[in-house]
This record gives sequence, structure tokens and C-alpha cells, in this order.
Amino acid sequence: MLRFITRRGALSVLIVVLAVSLLFGMIHMLPGDPASVILGPRATPALRAELNERMGLDRPFIVQLGRFLGNVATGDLGEDPFSRRKVADIVLEQLPFTLTLVFAAIAGATLLGVPLGCYSAIRRGSWLDRLAALLSVAFIAVPSFVVALYALMFFSVQLRWFPAIGAGDSGDLADQARHLVLPAIALGLGWIGYIARLVRASMLEVLEENHVRTARAFGLPERVIIGRYALRIAILPTVTILGLGIGTMLSGALFAEIVFSRPGIGKLLYESVMTRNYPVVMGSVLVTTVFFVACTLASDIVNALLDPRLRESEGR
Amino acid sequence: MSDLPDTNVLEVDNLSVSYSTEGGELKALRDVSLDVPRGDIVGIVGESGCGKSTLISAIIGLLAPNARPASGAIRFRGEDLLGVNDDKMRALRGDEIAMVFQDPMTSLNPVLTIGRQMRDIQYRLPDSKAEKNARSIRMLQRVGIPDPESRLHDHPHQLSGGMKQRVAIAMALMMKPALLIADEPTTALDATLEVQIIHQLKRLQEDIGCSILFISHHLGVIAELCDRVAVMYAGEVVESGTVREIFHAPEHPYTRMLLACDPGAISERTRVLPIIRGFLPDLVDLPRGCVFRDRCDSAIEACSDKPPLQVRGADRLVACHRAGETP
Repeated sequence: MLRFITRRGALSVLIVVLAVSLLFGMIHMLPGDPASVILGPRATPALRAELNERMGLDRPFIVQLGRFLGNVATGDLGEDPFSRRKVADIVLEQLPFTLTLVFAAIAGATLLGVPLGCYSAIRRGSWLDRLAALLSVAFIAVPSFVVALYALMFFSVQLRWFPAIGAGDSGDLADQARHLVLPAIALGLGWIGYIARLVRASMLEVLEENHVRTARAFGLPERVIIGRYALRIAILPTVTILGLGIGTMLSGALFAEIVFSRPGIGKLLYESVMTRNYPVVMGSVLVTTVFFVACTLASDIVNALLDPRLRESEGR
Repeated sequence: MSDLPDTNVLEVDNLSVSYSTEGGELKALRDVSLDVPRGDIVGIVGESGCGKSTLISAIIGLLAPNARPASGAIRFRGEDLLGVNDDKMRALRGDEIAMVFQDPMTSLNPVLTIGRQMRDIQYRLPDSKAEKNARSIRMLQRVGIPDPESRLHDHPHQLSGGMKQRVAIAMALMMKPALLIADEPTTALDATLEVQIIHQLKRLQEDIGCSILFISHHLGVIAELCDRVAVMYAGEVVESGTVREIFHAPEHPYTRMLLACDPGAISERTRVLPIIRGFLPDLVDLPRGCVFRDRCDSAIEACSDKPPLQVRGADRLVACHRAGETP
């Protein structure tokens, strides 16, 4: 198992390095040089040259990349040219809001989706199964920002059940939770149906397998057969999809954060793109990338914990 | 004698099972009767599609969802299993009636350890985890698994096919069932292993004192292991009796052909192996008369009427109009 984690971990680090290099290259190729953005259109050539030299922008690309990677490795993501604050600080300040949102959405969707999927598989063709199928497709089809807008209009403006904007007072957990509900629904709604469909399909497959017949022949209670014997195998594809899905959720979080005017990486990214604040754009995308890679790594590890056959095939 | 109900662990009486299919009602079992006396090993032989699997599923109460309610009776220690509810049936399964399946590669759960699976089937006992593990270890020892204690931590894919089937046998016999149903337990194994497992099974059966319903298409194994045998064809029992009678003086033409086709019985070098010509009849639209008529070499006019089961000898039954004629 340790070997599995080390190998997958090393692979993840490599992926992050590649992604960061690509990102750096892309920013580098963007038209317009950072010096004129930072210093404004009226800066003298001498001033620009000085800044370029100070920031190392006159050095060859590969040297710049190397320095950048080196800095990233030590946790230095550069400096926000406007506020003169460290990018790492700015990003890490916003990160918890996005993480809370994404995990709340994923957790909600999993807690509802997995039992719904199991139920649909066991009672295939029942009215709840059909309804779930219908609603799943409907909810998957609707983009999360549309859900966000309607949720906002209905639950905050009309019914006044939940607050419309912000993330709640810091320190007041209940208030923060209330602020979390609508964005999390907007982000996770489609996932409930998606997870339910996935679990249903793989559960139906697993229930046909011989070992389930064996478990039944030994008179094991149906809830043990479903919950322990079958679900542990049926959940594997869902875990993989969830690991990848957090990536899509991050881009969904951008919409939810803008609509609900909620602090977070998405909103930070949006604002820094609008103001061409490249170091902050870089920093937010980088942290997001690392988070995404970490999630896929985590889903791989969870799968290996659930299925010993995966550990073996990788371990050799 | 097998007529007394208290000496039979299992009595299958005129059991008929059909499935609803798109093509119509598939009559998988028709008036099947079979007794398993206490402490005996009864074999069932027949080619694929003869209804062996349906019979097992009906006995353990796990028929496919498209099966129609079965008619007839399956009496286990005098109680008709067709009448009991799901909970009662589940209570019997694994405790009083246990199963060993054909393919050891897929019949154990791949993601749970052997120990976990063996503990789980003891869920009815109030014992502690340690006591359940101890019982599992003893049972694994009895089926000849070396170093059973560390096997408990293994997953099925870490064991060989033969080991897995031994584990499956250990699991089935752990609760000391009154009846073990073995569905071709050695078909997926190679010949030397097959012999070992058969001997082990016989020894364990004598120790535990259970009865075994042993399904196989391997005639050699049946002859080696069983006391009695029933020959099934297309959902019917065409002949049943003691192993000696059936193997030495088969009376039904199907039994005779089956024995002639057994590769183990062929002594001369030949380029063409014997076969039974023709195909199984359509179980949705059954032909009139004897089910075997179309493939039978000795069919006569009378065979267009369904032959009744005739009692021949001590307790041997044959469903053939020509039973008793010298072939």
C-alpha cells in the first residue's frame, strides 16, 4: 500500500510540475508585457527596463521557469503588484471558502446520491427509480449557474429562507452554514443525480456477480449484502469520477461564488482576470491545479483501500 | 426405506418451475421428484440446460425474478420450503442448507478478506470476533489449507483456484448444515485437484454427518462419491437409483448414451468421440410424448405418449416405455 501511495504521489508531483510549467508558458506568451501593466502606459523605457531586470523578465524563458518553479516549491507565489501583498497569502485567505463550498456540495451529493442509487438498483423500475432517472437527467442538464440564479430568486428573494449573498459572519458557524446552503445546492444538485445513476449502474452489475449469489446462499441479510459486499465494489467508479469531478466543481464554484457574491478562489480568479493581475491569476490557478491533482490522488488511494486487487497490480 | 419422511433430509415432490420469457412460458422443471436420505450423497447428472441450476435455486429459495411460483413440494426435514416466508428461508440458508458453487474464482467476494467473509457467515452466533476467527481457522485446517491463520488476512485473489474452492467448502460446512448442495464444485479445477477435493468432501461429510446433493456432469466423480444418482434431461428426472444400478445397468436410453459418451469410459483409441445426436427440445414449446424421443435410437410408436416413471427394482425409477426390455 505504501508503495502504491509513493508511486501515485510521485506521479502527482510530476503532473503538477508539468501543469505549472504549461501555465507559466501560457502566461508568458500572452500579448502585452507585465512591466507596462504594472507601471502603466506612461512609464519610461528606462523604468520598464529596470522593472524587467528586477523581476528577472529579461532572462531567458527557461531560467525564468526554473526560478518560478523553485519559488513555488518554497511556497513563494510572488507578489500582487497592486496591493504589494504576497500572492500566497491572498490565495490561502480565499481557499477555505471555496474548499468548504466544494466539499459541502460533494458531501451532500454523495450522501443523497449513493443511497438513491442503491435504492434504484434494488427496486429497479419502481416509481422512485423512474422519478430519480428523470430528475437526474434534468438536473445534470441544467448548468449550475442557472440553478444558482433560480435558487437565489426562489429561496432568498421570495421565501427569504436563506441569505442571498456573502459567506456569513466569521466566527458565527450557524450563519456561515446558512450562507453555505444555496451555493452548495447550486453546485451539487446535478451531482446527486449523476452519482445516483453511476451507483445504480455499477450496483446492478455487481448484484449479478457470483459472489453476491454466494452471500445470499449463506443467508446474509440483504442490507449486509448491499451495504458491505456489493457497494464496496459498486462504489469504485464513483470514487474515481468524484476525484475528477472536483475539478469541474471548481469551475462551477466560480459561478456560484459570483452569483452569491461569496468570497473564494473563483471570485478571486474572476476579479484578478478582470484587472489583469497576472501574479494572482497564476497563484489561484496554481493552487487550484494542486488541489485538483490532490483530489484525483486521494480518489486513487481510496479506491486502492477499497479494492485490494488495485493495490496488487500497481505494487509490483 | 426412503418412503419414510423422517429418514429423508430433503424430498422434492413433483416440483415444476417455469420462467416467463419473451417467447412464452419456459417450463424449466416438470414434475421432478427426488429424495436425499439422511447421511447420503445423491448425485444429479445431466447436460447443460437440463434444469440442474433451477432445481438448486428452487431448493434454496433463490429463483430468478422471472420465475413463476413453483408447484409441487420441496420438503426439508418434513417442512415444505415452498410455503415458508423469505425470512425463514434466509434463516435456513447457510445454517441448515449450505452451498458450494461451481466457479471458485468468482464465488468469493474479491474485496473482503477470507477472515471477514468467514466471520460474516457466522453472524447468527453470539460469539466474539476471536471465537469466530478460531472457528474459521479450525475449519480451514479441516479442509487441508496450510497456515490457515494467515490465510484469514488474505483476499481471494491471493489464493489458487483449488485453495479458493477449499475455502468455499470450509465456509459451507462451518455451520454444520444438514444438507450441502454442491453445484459442480470441481468442474473448474484440474483433475488431480478434483480427486483430492472429492476425497476431502467425502471425509468431511462423514465427520459432520450431513447429506450432500452433488450436481455434476462428470460421471466418474458421481460414481466415486455418490450413493444414489438421478439423471436429468430437459427438466425431467428420466432415471434414478443407486449408483451401482445406474452405472452397471442403465435402463433409460439417455442414461446409456450419457455413459457411452463419458470420455473416461472410452477404452479404444478413436478419431470420433461418441455424441448424442440432435438438440435439447424447446422448453417453451415442448414436444408431445417422451422428451427424449427425437434423439432416441430405440423410439417406438408408444413414445408419442409421455412415459410414466416406472418403479424398477428396489427403489429405482425409469421414465421409459421400453424399460426392462433387453437393449
